[in-house]
Amino acid sequence: VRALLLLALSADPDLDAWLARIRAVGAEGEGHAEAGEAVRKVVARGPDALLPTLAAFDGAGPRAQNWLRGAVDALAAAGKADAKALEAFLLDRRRSGEGRFAAYEILVRLDPAAPGRLLPGMLDEAGRELRREAVAQALKGAEGKPEALRKLLPSARDVDQVGAIVKQLKSAGIETDLHAHYGVVARWTLLASFDNAGMKGFDAAYPPEAGVDLRTRPAGKGGAPVRAVPHETKDPAGKVDLNAVLGKEMSAVAYAFAVVESDEERSVELRVGTNNAVKVFLNGKLGAFRNEYHHGMKMDQYVARGTLRKGRNEILLKLCQNEQKDDWAQSWSFQARLCDALGGAVPFRSAGP
Amino acid sequence: VTLLALLLALCDDWPQFRGPGGRGVSAETELPVRWSKDQGLRWTAELPGVGLSSPVVAGGRVYLTACSGFEQERLHVLCFDAATGARLWERSFRATGSTQCNKKTNMAAPTPAADASRVFALFATGDLAALDRDGVLLWYRSLAGDYPTIGNNVGMAASPVLHGDTLLVAMENVGESFAAAIDARTGRNLWKHPRSAKINWTTPFVWTRAGRPEALFQSPNELTAYDVASGSRLWTHAAEKLSTIPSPVAADGLVFAPGGPFTALRPGDGAVAKAWEAPALPAATASPTFHQGRVYAVDNTGIVTCADAADGKILWKVRTKGPHSASPVVAEGRLYLLNEAGATAVLSLSEEGKQIALNELGEPMMASPAVSGGAIYLRSDRRLIRISR
Repeated sequence: VRALLLLALSADPDLDAWLARIRAVGAEGEGHAEAGEAVRKVVARGPDALLPTLAAFDGAGPRAQNWLRGAVDALAAAGKADAKALEAFLLDRRRSGEGRFAAYEILVRLDPAAPGRLLPGMLDEAGRELRREAVAQALKGAEGKPEALRKLLPSARDVDQVGAIVKQLKSAGIETDLHAHYGVVARWTLLASFDNAGMKGFDAAYPPEAGVDLRTRPAGKGGAPVRAVPHETKDPAGKVDLNAVLGKEMSAVAYAFAVVESDEERSVELRVGTNNAVKVFLNGKLGAFRNEYHHGMKMDQYVARGTLRKGRNEILLKLCQNEQKDDWAQSWSFQARLCDALGGAVPFRSAGP
Repeated sequence: VTLLALLLALCDDWPQFRGPGGRGVSAETELPVRWSKDQGLRWTAELPGVGLSSPVVAGGRVYLTACSGFEQERLHVLCFDAATGARLWERSFRATGSTQCNKKTNMAAPTPAADASRVFALFATGDLAALDRDGVLLWYRSLAGDYPTIGNNVGMAASPVLHGDTLLVAMENVGESFAAAIDARTGRNLWKHPRSAKINWTTPFVWTRAGRPEALFQSPNELTAYDVASGSRLWTHAAEKLSTIPSPVAADGLVFAPGGPFTALRPGDGAVAKAWEAPALPAATASPTFHQGRVYAVDNTGIVTCADAADGKILWKVRTKGPHSASPVVAEGRLYLLNEAGATAVLSLSEEGKQIALNELGEPMMASPAVSGGAIYLRSDRRLIRISR
């Protein structure tokens, strides 16, 4: 389909070859000199090369897409683009969200009325930037209108837009289930604690990393049996304060374990926020990690991409607290959610443990 | 305007963080001493986003980076005509690395590097774009794509430095830390060496010693000189507490390394001797300046300290209006010091730092000034400003 879509926009084999060369850029500068030469030739083609270059975003990775953006910006500046053709491209949902957003930005410069005309139909966009623009415009129109805000909320993905809607709904006396909206994993068993003296616990593979068995209590910090503490967070964003639940502890490692069930197999992002060094496992596979302490916590800080199996799935988070004494270095907390690539909650059921 | 453009092309460029020698020193003359919101601003240009990067000037063009968007994911490279302030082109990219950072910084923190025909724009996300002077993309590297663990949650800020066709990049962070030289023509690595996995914002410094260009990389526990061409390690100074924000400078056979304490090193053949230590010389956010046998350093509150570069003896101290993040610039016997409120104190170096002007623009500024073509360039989050007579 992608090849057919490209053919539909370009009958120029040279241009196709140059765009293919750009899309083929690899890591550590591989193919960059050749791709640079290809960019120069594409740009020299002038505005006629714009739509084929936008089409080349389809299926390209983030690296190649930035190469294409460099060419698109130069082409857009080189001459007046065909607004009708750009709009048709923008409205073609078979195209990538990134290429369509690049088209949208050029179109808006040519036709300032385009957002008002087109964005209302884009509240369900799969592309993040187009979705955000559509929600932003709708939000302006929904200010102070609870029913409109309530209808808009399911379209919102970015935390700031969700927050703005929820705040207004709350003012109107309407509560929102943010756990459902974000796909928050709320029910956990917290396994604590293991040793993190000298911050060496991050690299130590303690027993839960080989598989969690709640019937056993492995030896933890100081040889004491590890506690298993059930906890369900009521925090709207799913935050779990380990200091509050487990008691304040320094130089320690805790594991947060959750089981979720899915009705079908699907791609998923397990997104975690924490101020602490962290490892994120989905079904036993390490998907994200960061050995960094107390430099800020935010939603979706670390993303583990994987597959939610049909039936039972296990989530395991390793959360390391160091021994800093500063007031700002006492946080030991996390939040986690399951969502799609756009940040929309995926359906799952907490199944214990 | 044409005459001005011609004159600009003949003037010294300011091609990188802290100017042509990397020491914050300009040979320009006829620079303005006094200006205000209403006087002396030759032109201003609105910016599409925020940034802490300094403008750089090369071949009559001013290059600048900025970032915008909900998560600062939109990365802008901008080019202005130095004579008129006209925006010649803008290119934008999307962050491929993490955009998380401390509130005081942002993704457009590293200063670009340029020469007469190219500009190299690095962002805190590890995105690195090489463009020609007309904005045509030469190559683009996603360093976070190449090395997925790089990054930190505070934000990265070390600027790239261009030496001929070699682009030097310091990427020290909690993940895969490295010092690298990238071929400016092809985007490929020339060499890459691991560095300590600690957060660090210092910019490499290139100087020529014994006829060979050396690239200095300062980490908390090590200052290392690499041969620019081969990447071979020439000498190393181990330390306990070198600074992670202000960058080193070198001149007259000495390397001035901010830290606790501020240290001057005298590299020899494979070895390095400690020339002096000066605990009273501050090592805060601003990088030090060396000029005519003296070292100038500024703390975050605005106290300027001048030391004899030969022995580290403190010669004078002057208090200016802080707080400060920008690094100072020396030109025409004056020290220009921009504070975070957008006020530039001008000190006379022949009068032990006597303040001869305080030029207030009244908008937050943290980027170090650039000096070229008889003009001083400042940037805020909102605009780029050319100040000239």
